[in-house]
This record gives sequence, structure tokens and C-alpha cells, in this order.
Amino acid sequence: MNTHTLPRPKAPHSTTLQKAQLEKTPLEKTPLEKTPLEKTPLEKTPLEKTLFSKARLTRALLPETAPRAAFGQIVRNEARLAWRLPAGLIFGVGLPVLLLIIFNEIPSFHQVQASLGGLTAFDVYVPILIAMVIAIIALISLPGPLVTYRDQGILRRLSTTPVPPSWVLAVQLVIQFCITITSLLILIVVSITAFGLDVPKNPGALVLAIVLSIAAMFAIGLCIAAIARSGIAARAIGAAAFYPMLFFSGMWFPRELMPALLQNISNVTPLGAAVEAIQDSMQGQFPPAEPLLVLAGYALVFALIAGRFFRWE
Amino acid sequence: MARAVGNPKVRKQAPVAVLKNRYHYDKNVLSGSVTEGETVKTQAAVQISHLSKAYGNVAAVDDVSLSVAEGEIFGILGPNGAGKTTTVECVLGLRTPDTGSISVLGLDPVRDAGELHTIVGAQLQESALPAKLRVGEILAEYRSFYTEPADVGELIDGLGLAGKVKDYYRSLSGGQRQRLSIALALIGRPKVAVLDEMTSGLDPQARRDTWDLIESVRDRGVTILLVTHFMDEAERLCDRVALIDAGRVVAIDSPVGLAARASGGKSMRFVPSAPFDDRLLTELADVGTVTRNGSHVVVSGTGELVNAVILTLATAGVTARDVQLDTSSLEDAFVKLTGRHLHEEGIPA
Repeated sequence: MNTHTLPRPKAPHSTTLQKAQLEKTPLEKTPLEKTPLEKTPLEKTPLEKTLFSKARLTRALLPETAPRAAFGQIVRNEARLAWRLPAGLIFGVGLPVLLLIIFNEIPSFHQVQASLGGLTAFDVYVPILIAMVIAIIALISLPGPLVTYRDQGILRRLSTTPVPPSWVLAVQLVIQFCITITSLLILIVVSITAFGLDVPKNPGALVLAIVLSIAAMFAIGLCIAAIARSGIAARAIGAAAFYPMLFFSGMWFPRELMPALLQNISNVTPLGAAVEAIQDSMQGQFPPAEPLLVLAGYALVFALIAGRFFRWE
Repeated sequence: MARAVGNPKVRKQAPVAVLKNRYHYDKNVLSGSVTEGETVKTQAAVQISHLSKAYGNVAAVDDVSLSVAEGEIFGILGPNGAGKTTTVECVLGLRTPDTGSISVLGLDPVRDAGELHTIVGAQLQESALPAKLRVGEILAEYRSFYTEPADVGELIDGLGLAGKVKDYYRSLSGGQRQRLSIALALIGRPKVAVLDEMTSGLDPQARRDTWDLIESVRDRGVTILLVTHFMDEAERLCDRVALIDAGRVVAIDSPVGLAARASGGKSMRFVPSAPFDDRLLTELADVGTVTRNGSHVVVSGTGELVNAVILTLATAGVTARDVQLDTSSLEDAFVKLTGRHLHEEGIPA
């Protein structure tokens, strides 16, 4: 009976008398054992110690006792919050479209340039804006609520209900993913219909490149959520990661014009790899393995780090 | 609902050790130390045995044992840093005990966390909610977490939140937030409710309303584990109280029983309507000493002191006027048992 098999403390303070009483105590026969709630507790496998064992994951993510309908309720409330606190929507959706309009107004941006490998500056910047959208949502919008919820004890409160706090994390991932996809659709459709961008020539590869980019950046965002101790810290870390990444994506200095050293660094940064893969897909080639592997590597490594260090309180 | 406790005489003389495990607790109850007419439920809702939990080298909880009977309002009273919150966090499965065991209605809080959380509701300290959600939206979300939730309308009426359903959480006052937090603890119709400092931040009226609500919840058979550092709250609400200091249980008794331990007896003072002989009173079994202080007579003793004195005087044709009782409080008990005041800081955690 597990309730009673935990090692009894040496009890330096308890008297010999108490110890003697304890030995006599017929604990195994107390009525406590017979409560109807206790369903064959002995058959339950003990919680395994390994980090990602199946039993442990099931308990943490999909406990039998959590009504599945609760997930929908959490989605509704988190969606309301995303709508009522629209900073993420404004920067993640509005800013890239605004930049797109500005770039479109610059006449030289539509001239084919040999230095850009026969592309126009506009062609070069659409993938960069796509990478920027993903980065803003992953680094700013995603960690913010999670860190705030931990900071305010909301995740701790959830830990006392049948619903695991991991559901809020999952809901955040779903909502931010949906916002990202919506924003990217707007960006690409407006570029094509209003600003004369060529229809992406390898849509399958484009979807793959975008999904891998989102996976890599969201994993980094979760990592920020795991290590930041407050909402302010999360925003600071997010911003500190965002600007260097954006530089290597070519926002201020397109990758094609970077010196070899910077280009080599850019190739192994998440946004540099994302822009390379997206650019290639839009121009009709299947992107080379290197940027895809870089993105997958970031996704895997940072997801593991986030899983290792994430705290619910 | 049978009440396990409530009569201070039941365990006034019982040493703490007797209450430390349920076998002896039951034995004590069954051996006839319970007054007539009182039924005692032997089922323990929460059973904590030799619980210890340290953070680093600091022992937050040190060999705590206590047993909460079903349907009881059980108080855990102690200064800040005494280990009260750590104890209930272990009960809720939020922390794993270093040693010792806990059973909540037969469930192990760590191993059976999923089942436990369907039958236990908790209101924890320092837990906010999203600022831009409305009260009704929050209630709907938490309601969906349970298969047999409470009636939201009834719940928020009882907590005085009925008019606030459409308000954003951030526009609520501290007291309203606290009451919403209590509502969320009760929304799953728990069998055991754990309330940690539930009335901190409430104004006096809201505190009394909350106490009424907690009593009505208990009357429906819910066991309540109440963590508090307010003595008036413990005295008013709790059937039994565990005094905790520096991670250890100092005493477990009814509030009145604890207070009686502190005073070691009772004392009363009054102004007699006519002169009388002190021996009239000193001959009574319950009376210890009789002293005169100007026109006042001070009588100290034990048991049914007041009744005995007044009846005896009345038969002698003397009326006791301006009767005052020196009752000791839980605060006195705490000072006596630990050597310091309840609101002093405990050992820094």
C-alpha cells in the first residue's frame, strides 16, 4: 500500500512511546483503505523517472480525468485574450503588411538587379518579411502569456484542477500558429495580387520551409518562456534575440550582399536558414538540405531545452 | 451531517501525541472520551503522517501528522513561514514530500493526482487570473474542467459576485478577486476544499459573508482545510485547529480547547449585590481561589465555573452584577505554546 510504504522518518523528535505506538498501529487495516474512490491503486504503474516516458507524458498531457471539452473552453478564452490584447496582432500582422506597402512604393525595389541574383529587391524582401512575422509571433507573442500565467500563479491554479497546465501551453501554440498562418496568407496574397509578386513556383516546398521555420522559432519562443522569470524578462530576452536574428535574415542588408563571413553565419541562424529555404521555394527550386536541417535542428534542440527547463510555477 | 468535533471537552486533556495517528485518534474517540449524544465519524478525509519537506537545508515542514475528519472545518494556524502552505501544497500534490505519507480520501496526492484534482478544490495564495477576461468567462472555463460542476448562479450569489459576471477581472476589487478565487475552488463541487488565507484582503463584511458561505459549504458535507493566520477566523469557523510553528505541529485541539490550555483555567469577576462569605464559593469543586478587589470579586477555577458561582450566589440571595469573563484566546494559546506571537515572523523559509 503505497500510502503507507513511504519510508518513515527516523523522527528524531518523536518519543520512544510514539514510535512504539506507531509499530502497533494496524495501518493496513484502517477504513481508509476501503474508500470507494480508491480503484485498485496497486495495479498502477509507478511514475517513471525518465523524462519522456509514455506514462509520464500521458499523465502530463492527457490525463483521463480532464474533460476534453475543457480544451475548447480554454481556446475560446485564450482567443478572446489575443483579441483583447492585440499588441501581438498589430506587430505580427499589421507591421509586415505596412512594410510591404512601403517597399512597394520604392521604385527601385521593382528593378531586377544582378547583385541580387537577377531578382528584384521586392522579391528578396517578401521572404524576409515572412521570416519576420514568424519571429515576432514566436519570440514576443508566444512567451509573453505563458510567462505571465506562471508569474501570476494561473498555471499553479490549473495544477490543482483536473486539467493539466500543459493544455494552456498547447492552446497558446495552436492560437499563435493560427495567427502566424493568417498573417502569412495575408502577406503572400497581398504581394501577389496587389504588388505583382510571382506566384510561388514550388508551393509544396514553400509550405515545408514555412512549417519548419515556425517549428524552429516557436521552439526558441518556448525556451524563452521556460527560462524567463517574469513577463518583462521574457520581453527583454525576446527582443534581444529578435534583432540579431532579424539582421542575419537580411532585413537591413540582404543576404546576397553580405560578405562571405556574415553569409556563413547567416546560414546557421534560424532566420537566415528560413529566408534561404523560403526564397528558394518561391523561385521554384526545392531548397537544399542545409537550411532545412538547420531549422529542424533548432526545432529539436530548443524544444528539448524548453521541455527540460519549463516550470509550471 | 455528524460532527466529529466541536465540543472542547472532548479532547481538552488529550495529549497531542494521541492525535498524531488515526489509530489512537479513533481509540481515543471510541474509548468513551466523547460526551454523550455526539457521533464521531472515523473516516479521515485528509490523513497526514510524519510529513517532512525541506527546501535546501531549511526544513519547511518537519514531521507533521494530522488527521482531518470528513465534514470537518480543520484550521492550520501559524505565523508566516511556519510551513502551512507547504503542507497544503503537499496535500494537493503540488509538491512531493521528502518523507511521510498523505492520504486524501484514500488517494495519494502525487500518485493519484488526476483523480485527486477531481474531488479536491483549492484556492491558493497569490494566484491571479487573466486581467482581460470577464468573470463569467473565467467561471465558464473552470466549470468545464469538471464532469459534475456546481451551479454557477448559486455559487456567485453566495459569494456576492452575481452583479459582476460581465466585469473584467482587472476591474474587480481585491476582495472580489479573492471571492472569485474561492468560487473557482468550489466550482467542481469538491469533497475536500483547501483554502489558503481565503479572507486576506477582504473587508470585515466580506469576511463574515465568506465565513457564512464556508459554513454552508461544510453543511453540505464538504471537508474544509483552512490555512490561516487570523485567530478570529479560526475561532469562528474551525472545529479543530492545528497550531503550526517552524514546520512542526505544536498542538491540535478545538479552538476553545486550545484557549483553555493557555489559561490553565477560567476566571470571572463580578460585583455582588450583597455581602457574602467567601467560603460559600471556595467550597465549590470548580472554584480555585476567591479574591476581592475593591467592590469586585474575582473567582478563578475550572469547569462550569460561571454556572456554579451564579447558582450558588442566587440560592444565597446574592446577585452577581457586571459579570465579566476572562477568556483566553487562541492568541494566548499560541504565545503560551510557542513563546511568541502569531504575527511575528516564523523561521525564514
